[in-house]
Amino acid sequence: MKLTVNGAAVEVEATGDTPLLWVLRDHLDMTGTRFGCGMAQCGACTVHLDGLPIRSCVTPLSEVAGRRITTIEGLARDDVLHPVQQAWIDHSVPQCGYCQSGQIMSAVALLTFVPSPTDDHIDRAMSANICRCGTYPRIKAAIKDAAARINGAMGSVDQPAPGGRDE
Amino acid sequence: MSRGSWLAVSLVLAAGPAAAEETDEGLAAFTTIYGVLQHPRCLNCHPDGDKPLQYDDSRPHTMEVDRMSMATGLPCNTCHRVEGVDGEGLPPANDPWLMAPPSQAFQGRTEAALCAQLKDPATNGDRDLAALLHHVGHDALVLYGWSPGGGRTTPESSHAEFVAAFQTWVDAGGPCPSE
Repeated sequence: MKLTVNGAAVEVEATGDTPLLWVLRDHLDMTGTRFGCGMAQCGACTVHLDGLPIRSCVTPLSEVAGRRITTIEGLARDDVLHPVQQAWIDHSVPQCGYCQSGQIMSAVALLTFVPSPTDDHIDRAMSANICRCGTYPRIKAAIKDAAARINGAMGSVDQPAPGGRDE
Repeated sequence: MSRGSWLAVSLVLAAGPAAAEETDEGLAAFTTIYGVLQHPRCLNCHPDGDKPLQYDDSRPHTMEVDRMSMATGLPCNTCHRVEGVDGEGLPPANDPWLMAPPSQAFQGRTEAALCAQLKDPATNGDRDLAALLHHVGHDALVLYGWSPGGGRTTPESSHAEFVAAFQTWVDAGGPCPSE
């Protein structure tokens, strides 16, 4: 099956019902994405599919064929870390570090939706990423710092309205 | 009795017993419809508020997710995938997976209130009765309610019985019970 992972076309030998997480870690040796719970309860396996966050442990390969997958390994550009990654380092966010790649991928998604998030926005967007070390205050500080860095470079302060199905 | 009430009685009398019988059948059909719409597979994503519900006791969704979560980078499909991976306790999957807007809440609505809400274009997605019938017969999330997987319960009425009841209610002009 053909995939695009971090901008590179790859082909893997796996059945369509294989979880994407298995493919990333075991077939492509991209072990930055972590196995936490295996049932979309902790967020450690978060990657982006066409720019939106997904839990790769419950996403079968059949759903992602031919689509754009971004993992923690694909955030940096030309050896320059993504602003969220740099903020994570500057704020010494990780303790044990196990959940942090998932936390960072969710934080990057948040800043795509909300360039200047409030505490409430961060709580809502990050509520499904669990950190057993309790690094949440540092996560929140790093997200705000990363937002300021990105906005300083690009300038954008749009805020979202609560959504819902409306048809 | 007011002039308006006399007019309503006169119209019923003029329409005859056949119309009254059709109205009664429509009202009975709506009771079936109401039973389906109050089942957790339907009600959990039509909550009265901003938090989706889960399980058969319609408890608030874990992880503190709500409408703002969806607007801040945590859409439902983050975990509720299109096909998903089979397994006990995994998030149910469907395309799409969405919450109804607040105006379309089913939770806490009496049979009369929900009937009036369903018929009001302002609270039913701007649908007439025919469009409502098509929606309940074909919408992917409606159909999910009868094939949720993972050992989840389904409404007592089958989807075919639900659609048949809806057809009866629509044919009767969408009568609503009084409070």
